[in-house]
Amino acid sequence: MSFERIREKLSILADAAKYDVSCSSSGSNRTNKNKGLGDTGTGICHTYTEDGRCVSLLKILMTNYCIFDCAYCVTRKSNDIKRAAFKIQEVVDLTINFYRRNYIEGLFLSSGIFKSADYTMERLVAVAKKLRLEENFNGYIHLKSIPGASDELMREAGLYADRLSVNIEIPTVSGLKLLAPDKKHEDFIKPMLKVKNEIIQYKAEKKIIKSTPIYAPAGQSTQMIVGATGESDKDIMYTANHFYKKYNMKRVYYSGYVPVVEDTRLPALGSQVPMLRENRLYQTDWLLRFYGFSVNEILNDTNPNLDIDVDPKLGWALRNLNEFPIDVNTAPPKMLARIPGLGMYSVGKIIKARKFGRLNWNHLKKIGVALNRAQYFMICDANEWSHKDLQPAQIKGLILQNSKGKFRASYSNQLSLFN
Amino acid sequence: MNDAKNLIYDGTFNGFLTAIFSAFDEKIQVANIQNEFTAQQGLFSDFEEVYTDDEKAKRVWTGIQKKSKQASSSLYFAFLSETDGIELLAYYYIQKLFSHKQKVHLNYADDIVLKINQLAKSVGREKHRMEAFVRFQMTKDGIYFANIEPDFNVLPLISKHFKDRYADQQWIIYDVKRKYGLYYNLKIVETISLELNKAHMNSIHSNDAFTEEEHDFQQLWNDYFKSTNIKSRINLKLHTQHVPKRYWKYLSEKKAI
Repeated sequence: MSFERIREKLSILADAAKYDVSCSSSGSNRTNKNKGLGDTGTGICHTYTEDGRCVSLLKILMTNYCIFDCAYCVTRKSNDIKRAAFKIQEVVDLTINFYRRNYIEGLFLSSGIFKSADYTMERLVAVAKKLRLEENFNGYIHLKSIPGASDELMREAGLYADRLSVNIEIPTVSGLKLLAPDKKHEDFIKPMLKVKNEIIQYKAEKKIIKSTPIYAPAGQSTQMIVGATGESDKDIMYTANHFYKKYNMKRVYYSGYVPVVEDTRLPALGSQVPMLRENRLYQTDWLLRFYGFSVNEILNDTNPNLDIDVDPKLGWALRNLNEFPIDVNTAPPKMLARIPGLGMYSVGKIIKARKFGRLNWNHLKKIGVALNRAQYFMICDANEWSHKDLQPAQIKGLILQNSKGKFRASYSNQLSLFN
Repeated sequence: MNDAKNLIYDGTFNGFLTAIFSAFDEKIQVANIQNEFTAQQGLFSDFEEVYTDDEKAKRVWTGIQKKSKQASSSLYFAFLSETDGIELLAYYYIQKLFSHKQKVHLNYADDIVLKINQLAKSVGREKHRMEAFVRFQMTKDGIYFANIEPDFNVLPLISKHFKDRYADQQWIIYDVKRKYGLYYNLKIVETISLELNKAHMNSIHSNDAFTEEEHDFQQLWNDYFKSTNIKSRINLKLHTQHVPKRYWKYLSEKKAI
C-alpha cells in the first residue's frame, strides 16, 4: 500500500472518529485460540492523548462520506471537509500491525453512512470477519451498529465483534427531530433491540449447548451528547437509566458537546466544552451502577440538575442529613456506600478490617477514606464527633474550605486577589 | 541482642524464602534480612549467609499459599518492589500470617498488613503500566523487540500476559535498568541477558537494527496519536498524570517529529 496515501486517510478518518468517547476494551472473555494473535482481558489504556483521554483501541471511520446531515456531526453532508474511505484490507493491515507492536487492544470501527445503512454495515462486518477468520485475531473489536441496519447483519456483526454500539446522541426525541431531521428514533432502537435479544438468546443456548458461537460478549453501549439542546441533567440520566434497564446496556457514555460546525440550532463555535457537567454525569452514572442509588433519589422535579460545586453523592447527603451519621463499625455495606468520601474499595476494606476490632479515625485515614468529606457523616470508635448540630450549608462550607477541586476555578465566584 | 542475626541471601525470591525457612527452623532471632549486593554490617548482629535451597523455599511458599492465595500474591508483589527494608517487613508479615488462626491478611487496620498491601498495589500498577507501555519494534531478524525501564522488577509478572497475547510472534522485552530480559521463541519464555550498546529508545531517525516498514508504522502511530486528540479539551496535567514523563523516551507516540 502507498504509505503517504494511507497516512492521509488515517489522519482524516481518525480525526473524524475521535468524538466517539467509548474506548473501553474490557468485559470480553475472548481468549487466544490455536496460537493465534491476541486476547482480551480487563482492558488496557495503552496511552493517553494530550486532552487526557485514554487510547485503547484504534478508533477510525471506514469512511467519512455521509448521506445524512445531522447538525451536531462533523461529517455531516453539508460540511465542507476532506473526505476519504478505507479499503477493507487497509483497515485489517493497520489493526494487525498496530496490535503486534502493542499500541492497541483492538479496533473500534465506525462509519459515515454511504449508499444505505445495510451497505455500510456490511463493510464493517466484512472487516471484523476478515480479522477473525483470516488473521486469527482474538483482540477486541467494537463495531458501530448502523441505525436502520437489517437484523441479519446485526446477527452476523455480533458473531465477530466483542461490543456493538449505537449512539442515540440526542437524549430527547424532540431534540433529535430538530438536529437530525433525516434520522428516525426507531432506526436507532431497532439494531439495539436485535442485539439485546441475540445476547439473551445466546446466554440461554450456551447453558444447553456449550459450543454455541459467542455473541457480542462485551455487550452494547451508547452515547449521548451533553449540552447541545438545552436538556436538563434529569432528562439525560432518566434516558440513560432507561437504556440500562430496557436494553441491558453495559455503558452509557456522556460526551460534552464540542462545537464543530456553525449552526444556529447549536452552541456557537468556540463555546466551552461542558467538561465539569460531563464529569458530574459520570459520577451519577457510577452511583446508579455501583453504589445502589436509584435515579430519582439524585435527580427529580425538585432537583432537575446536579450541583456544580459538590459531587452528586455529597449533594444527596446534604439534602438527606436525617440518614446520618452512619456508624462505620456496624452499618451494612449498602449504607457505608452512601457516605460521601467513601469509595467501594474503602467500603470493602472497612468490612474486612472491622472484624478484627473497632475502627477509629486513624484507621480510616490510613485505609484511604477521604475524611475531609466523610467525617461529617459517620461515627467510629472515637468520642469526638462534634458535627451533630451543623446545618447542611455549614457542612458544605467547611468541606469546600478545606478542599481543592480541580474544577474549582470554573465555578468559584470569589475574586482572586492577585490576578 | 547478642544472638540477633543478620541473614544474607542472594537477592532472589527463592533465596529470601530460604532465609525465612532458616529463621523459623533454627529459631533465629532475626535482626535483618539483606541481599548480598547491598548488605551492610549491623553494629550488634552477626552475619549469616543463607544458601538458596529451592526445596526449602517451596515448603515456605506452600505454607503461605495454604494460609491465603491473596496474601501470597501480595507478598510476592511487595517483594518485587525492591524497597529498602522489604525483606524484614515481609518477614514480619509472614510471622503474622503463621501466628494467627484468623485471616490476618485482611486486617487493613494493621500497619504491616497495610504497608504490604500498599507496596503490592504500587507494583501491580507498574505491572499494568508495562503491559500498556511496551512498544515493540520489528528487528530485521523478525523479532519484536522492546526496551523498558520500570520502577519495580515487574518482568516476572508480565511474562504470562505477553506470552498469551503474542503467541504467534517472537518477542523480547528487555529491562535496561536491571539488565535482563524475556525472550519468547514461539514455545517458551526464556530469561536472557544481552550486550546492548545502547538502549533502543524511540528515535526520529530510522535505526539499522529495525525493518524499513517499522519506521513507517511508528510514523502512522504517531500521526494517529495526534489526530485523535481533541484540542478544545486539552488537559496536559491529566495527560502527564496518566503517562508520566519518565516513560516517554520509550513511547513511539511521544517522539518529536
